[in-house]
Amino acid sequence: MSKIDIKVNQLTRMEGHGNLTVKVSNGEIEEVRWEITESPRFFEVMLRGRPWHDAHVLVSRICGICSVSHQLASLQATEAAFGIEPSEQTILLRKLLYVGEVIESHILHLYFMAMPDFLGAGSVFSLMKSHKDAVLCGARLKKLGNYIMEIVGGRAVHPQAPTVNGFGRLPSHRDLLCLRGSLKEALPDLESTVALFKGFELPEFSRETEYISLTHPEEYAFIRGSIRSTDTGGASIDQYPQIANEYCVPHSTAKFAKHVRGSYVVGALARINNNFEQLHPLAKKAATELGLKPICFKPFMNNIAQVVETIHEAEEGIDIIDELLRAGMREEQISVTVRAGRGIGAVEAPRGLLIHDFTYGEKGSIVKANCIIPTNQNHANIQYDLEELVSCNLDKNEDELRLLCEMLVRAYDPCISCSTH
Amino acid sequence: MRPKVGVFDFTCCQGCELQILNCEEEMPDLIAALDIVAFREAMTERGNYYDIAFIDGACSRESEIVSLKEIRKKAKIVIPIGACACLGGVNCLKNAYPMDEVLKAEYGEAASYYDTIPARPISAVIPIDFYIPGCPIVKEEFIRVVQELLAAKVPYQPNDPVCAECKAGGNVCVFDKGMTCLGPVTRGGCKATCVTGGAVCWGCRGLIDEPNIHAEKEILESAGLSMEDITKRFNLFNVCQEGVWK
Repeated sequence: MSKIDIKVNQLTRMEGHGNLTVKVSNGEIEEVRWEITESPRFFEVMLRGRPWHDAHVLVSRICGICSVSHQLASLQATEAAFGIEPSEQTILLRKLLYVGEVIESHILHLYFMAMPDFLGAGSVFSLMKSHKDAVLCGARLKKLGNYIMEIVGGRAVHPQAPTVNGFGRLPSHRDLLCLRGSLKEALPDLESTVALFKGFELPEFSRETEYISLTHPEEYAFIRGSIRSTDTGGASIDQYPQIANEYCVPHSTAKFAKHVRGSYVVGALARINNNFEQLHPLAKKAATELGLKPICFKPFMNNIAQVVETIHEAEEGIDIIDELLRAGMREEQISVTVRAGRGIGAVEAPRGLLIHDFTYGEKGSIVKANCIIPTNQNHANIQYDLEELVSCNLDKNEDELRLLCEMLVRAYDPCISCSTH
Repeated sequence: MRPKVGVFDFTCCQGCELQILNCEEEMPDLIAALDIVAFREAMTERGNYYDIAFIDGACSRESEIVSLKEIRKKAKIVIPIGACACLGGVNCLKNAYPMDEVLKAEYGEAASYYDTIPARPISAVIPIDFYIPGCPIVKEEFIRVVQELLAAKVPYQPNDPVCAECKAGGNVCVFDKGMTCLGPVTRGGCKATCVTGGAVCWGCRGLIDEPNIHAEKEILESAGLSMEDITKRFNLFNVCQEGVWK
């Protein structure tokens, strides 16, 4: 085969700025490089001196797509530092808010970013003509995710209601009933999503690696739990520095991470690999139909893992609303007593394990902050996957190989401005 | 002829671009009315000429200055969207420190690999024609501005404070609930969404023209805030308007 010289500046249809370089000469790989060029914003510096009631407002701005995750990780870090345990109602509402974010984020990726590749298009905009039904189905589901965040959080991007130890505004009984109805009505669209993705041919590629996520004995973990690795088993949240081992590489403004191997993976597939048994029934059924079962080492199956989780979250949303309606919404006193100390918050953002670690001074202002972002933890694995994917596909021409590499990166649903923060 | 539209992103969370994609119901009409030729977050194709360029994000690197000048050359109308693009937004909080210290704090010994400059709004780099404020932008406001541009009008820029919309919306004043707020001096047009949503106004849409800063400071001081607290409150989004509020 002749020369391959792929240089994609600013990969499209994903959040943030990353470049891809692949050089092959006479069947020999000369270079494969995943490069992050996003401008860093320095959130850990911005957080210095911030008062406790502003911290979650500021860190929300780390990411437009997973602002809820950043708010919750930050609220948990502040609550842990102050020794606050939020009420059961607050935890349920946070879980419901999360249902909205996971649905919106997964559907945005599946329909707007990934689907055009499977249908040979450059964007969802051009698919509006050729595949209108599929695009409108995606738009309806995406709107549902946003609707949940609007009802529970106040708005879809950077919600205002969540606060330390509670919510500044509660949804009404009627709001929750409407939401429940919308979730029920979405089930046929979710079935269509399963059928749609069942019809897409995912590139066949597998590479053994480590998968890390939260896990919780009573639930499919999203907003609480401890760490679990498919290689090394359980670990507590405060052991995160020994899990992530972040390091800098000159060609990336985002840090890379590694645990016991050269790299590891977080996100939907990692959660499925660790917590499959705790999925709700319809989600499990969809997983079986789509051929997803643990342990799965196929990165393209992260798309399928997102389909399965979207269904799980819709079922979860209905259960949570039933529980909230049974108990009845109560106005709760939000009390916060400030003290010096350190707190760590950990959640599963749609793209994986997210940790905020805050140290507060006596007056309740942040002295030191550290944020460990999901996509940082995937960058090294994306690099190793790309190397192996290229070496397995040297028979392809340049255009085919470029598309394959782009699809692999997109399968991780990277959130790059997040990872550079 | 549908106008050719480009959407670009710089130093930001890309939440304002997401707000455009969040116009789910309006999307068929938007696609019918606009010829979207560049939108990296959502499409692979990229055109080279724009009737309207929407810009998300602040400028915080030399390389971004170069890209912004390129866009300005290729675009008839340039419109920054969101607090980062319009004000510099939260990105400007780092400007309080020397840039080498900022780089070292984040990257340690590897700091020399990377570069950054004090964050600034788009208008500090290239001439702009209009702006859509907010963190994030309000979907309805984006649609309205597009409609006005399609009708060849100069879009309307609200200049009433958030406070006026908040009162009209029937919210209980947050000062009466023992909290503090930038609503009296912040540009409205958001229907006081943050107060309605259970929080306070953080000033993300920037200051109104000729704000009564003196009175706002007095209210904040009488609510128990020190000058340091007041500074922290203003500079969450408004470091670049320091000359007005300090």
